[in-house]
Amino acid sequence: MAFKSTRLLLAAAFLGASAFGVSAADFKPENPECIAPANPGGGWDFTCRQVGKSLQDQKLLDSTVQVVNLAGGGGGVAFAEVVNKRDDDNDLIVAASAATATRLAQGAYPGNTMDQVRWLAAVGADYGVIAVAADSPVNTLPELLDQIKNDPSSVSVAGGSAVGGWDHLKVLIAANAYGIDDVRSVKYIAFDGGGEAVTQLLAGSVQAFTGDISEAKGFVDSGDIKVIAVLAPERLPGEFEVFPTAKEQGIDAIGANWRGFYAPGNMSDDAYNAWVGMIGDLYASEEWKGVMAANGLAPLDLQGEEFQKFVANSVAQIQKISKEIGIIK
Amino acid sequence: METLSSLADGFVIALTWQNLLLALLGCFLGTMMGALPGLGPSNGVAILIPLAFTLGLGATPSLILLTSVYYGAMYGGRISSILLNIPGDEPAMMTCLDGYPMAKKGRAGEALSLSGIASFVGAFLATWGLILLAPQLVKIALLFGPAEYFALFTLAFATLGGVASTNQAKTAFAAALGIGLATVGVDTQTGVPRFTFGEVHLYDGIDFLVAIVGLFALSEVFLFLEHRHGNADASGHKVTVGRLMPSWSLLKSCTPTMLRSSFLGFLAGVLPGAGASLGSFIAYTFEKKLVDKEGTFGTGDPRGVAAPEAGNNAAAGGALVPMLALGVPGSGTTAVLLAVLLALNITPGPLLFTQQPDVVWGLIAALFIANVMLLLMNIPMIGLFTRVLLIPPRILMPIVAMVSFVGIYGISGSSFDLLVMVGFGVLGWVLRKLDVPLVPIILGTLLGNAMENNLRRAITIDNGDWFALIDSPLSIGLWTLAVIGFLLPIIFGKVVKARMRHMAKDEEGSTID
Repeated sequence: MAFKSTRLLLAAAFLGASAFGVSAADFKPENPECIAPANPGGGWDFTCRQVGKSLQDQKLLDSTVQVVNLAGGGGGVAFAEVVNKRDDDNDLIVAASAATATRLAQGAYPGNTMDQVRWLAAVGADYGVIAVAADSPVNTLPELLDQIKNDPSSVSVAGGSAVGGWDHLKVLIAANAYGIDDVRSVKYIAFDGGGEAVTQLLAGSVQAFTGDISEAKGFVDSGDIKVIAVLAPERLPGEFEVFPTAKEQGIDAIGANWRGFYAPGNMSDDAYNAWVGMIGDLYASEEWKGVMAANGLAPLDLQGEEFQKFVANSVAQIQKISKEIGIIK
Repeated sequence: METLSSLADGFVIALTWQNLLLALLGCFLGTMMGALPGLGPSNGVAILIPLAFTLGLGATPSLILLTSVYYGAMYGGRISSILLNIPGDEPAMMTCLDGYPMAKKGRAGEALSLSGIASFVGAFLATWGLILLAPQLVKIALLFGPAEYFALFTLAFATLGGVASTNQAKTAFAAALGIGLATVGVDTQTGVPRFTFGEVHLYDGIDFLVAIVGLFALSEVFLFLEHRHGNADASGHKVTVGRLMPSWSLLKSCTPTMLRSSFLGFLAGVLPGAGASLGSFIAYTFEKKLVDKEGTFGTGDPRGVAAPEAGNNAAAGGALVPMLALGVPGSGTTAVLLAVLLALNITPGPLLFTQQPDVVWGLIAALFIANVMLLLMNIPMIGLFTRVLLIPPRILMPIVAMVSFVGIYGISGSSFDLLVMVGFGVLGWVLRKLDVPLVPIILGTLLGNAMENNLRRAITIDNGDWFALIDSPLSIGLWTLAVIGFLLPIIFGKVVKARMRHMAKDEEGSTID
């Protein structure tokens, strides 16, 4: 492990020293492959297919990216496969997201850690929102958190991920930032997906919803729910601009469900730099901006070393909260 | 009236040569995928998504292709249920109960065409339900909180007694086994892995498809191996295909069954937490309780074939209601369709019907077209399908084994699932020898998780108060039904049993002369 992180530092230093353009020219993947660690139809599958298609459309790659669905263990099966069997594959990238970091932080991929792979780049982020029903007396995030502070049992928060999953952590990050010390007291109800959680908010079974902005959008448009906070550093562009951030309400909480890629741990530096360069070029393109807008993705411009650092930070943050709520010891 | 003119507009959008060809292609591929054990509607749709995108199809044509596959797979699932006693997908499980006995009696052709017609009726009525009632039905879905869902699942389990086996204890054992298997995996309410033994493949729980294919298909192969070994003449029963079309009087006698089952199935489909499997299950048990006076269900009663098929196809249509109107998928397949909608930049939700009427009505028109096409395509193909029965088992069984392995490996790409499947095959073989019914096991694995989660959600929301479970008129109603459904057979069981014994004697008498 120690060896690997040193090697990563070296690679990072190398990356910092060399310009993107130079390194990208040396390596071209022959049979590019993208593993989506879930069944077709989910976010990881979308990330692989959309990026694969765009890379080819924009002639950044000559050959088609083959998308392989390797579902299981919330991404753990794919992670283990890459670490154990394909550790030096230069043609392989794997879709990842905040959920991957969450599970790595909580040790939910048995025996695997984030240092075993190389983190490539992000392609966008879906910022978290906290919402209440349209007829709720609550109008701001501090009001909701005050209610939780005074009587935690009076507010049930619904989300689409399991307990300890990303939707749960988002609301805890906000509660923590507001000064609720015992975040374990926040009552979180796990549903099978954000849509089901919103439905239960409408049905009146729960009082608040935590999820991604894309899950909430349809119901905001119809006037059924109101978003009381976006967990983004600043207001989102376009039609999402009307939603206040948590930050401007005095609560310094950011929850971004980023989407990106990792690569095998022993991928050669040439190949790593080439992939980082390709995805970086793709991210900068106009076409990709269109894809992001169409899919409710917000900007998150992180590649190579920066991205590696970002993932390490979020893993550390998640580990801290998970310890507090007793998910891990 | 406004609705009808919107529908007419929808037909204008859907009725182009390109769209019709896509619908035909989708129906054909869907039927095939449904018929193959392992490949179900959700995988079928998922596999074809890249095709829709690479062809560069627009929103409406893509949806037409994919929903045709969806409806097609719901039709196709029955074929292997009837011919081989192997459900092609989860909802078709109930069709095995009477479909296979019918085929054994030499009425395979009738069973296939009758179930095709029942599928058509179910899907047809459900599509009308979708058109006329979608906005109102959303309100029903909103009446169901965690406590109500828990009561609904309890109702399903309480009425299990009527299914498959004459021995209630064995049915209860099978259901308990299924619910036990459902607890494997990461518990969503606490994030703690249960019964996974540190094996990452088990974190997501046991895939029902793996369980179904193992329990039904592989155990069939094992049974064959066993009999073949002891007795050279394995294909002891002579296979007859019988007439292909059901008689008019048979159809007439099944019509009320189809109508009732379509209604129940549609309702089950509308509830996002329930789905098509529950639809076909409730349709079957309800029909058995209502019309099965002579105890012929389970022995090849045509009504036992019509009920689950009408139910599951109606549920498929019903599941589109919450998907379109709420953006909440009611089943695995609608979850995949939802992802497609999002990828096509269509946001399902309360405003979809007003904001993108062309997509919605084009889709609904496509459903009608696909449905008619499926009926027209399925009836002539019955003769072809029934030939499967004429294949000698020594050739058929290796094919079944091969399709099972390829199908399961194709879905997950993991050899671990193959081992689990073989394990289930052995389990299924043992249980069959002990005369334990397999359907309750699948039902338990399918619903156990949702049932447990909803119980715990309901209790957590009300801070540990168990009375939360009987807090609304709806949940009290469901509980009452469950209690009645559970107690009635116990109280009147003896009467029915005596009558059944009587019937059995009659039947013997009739076969002699």
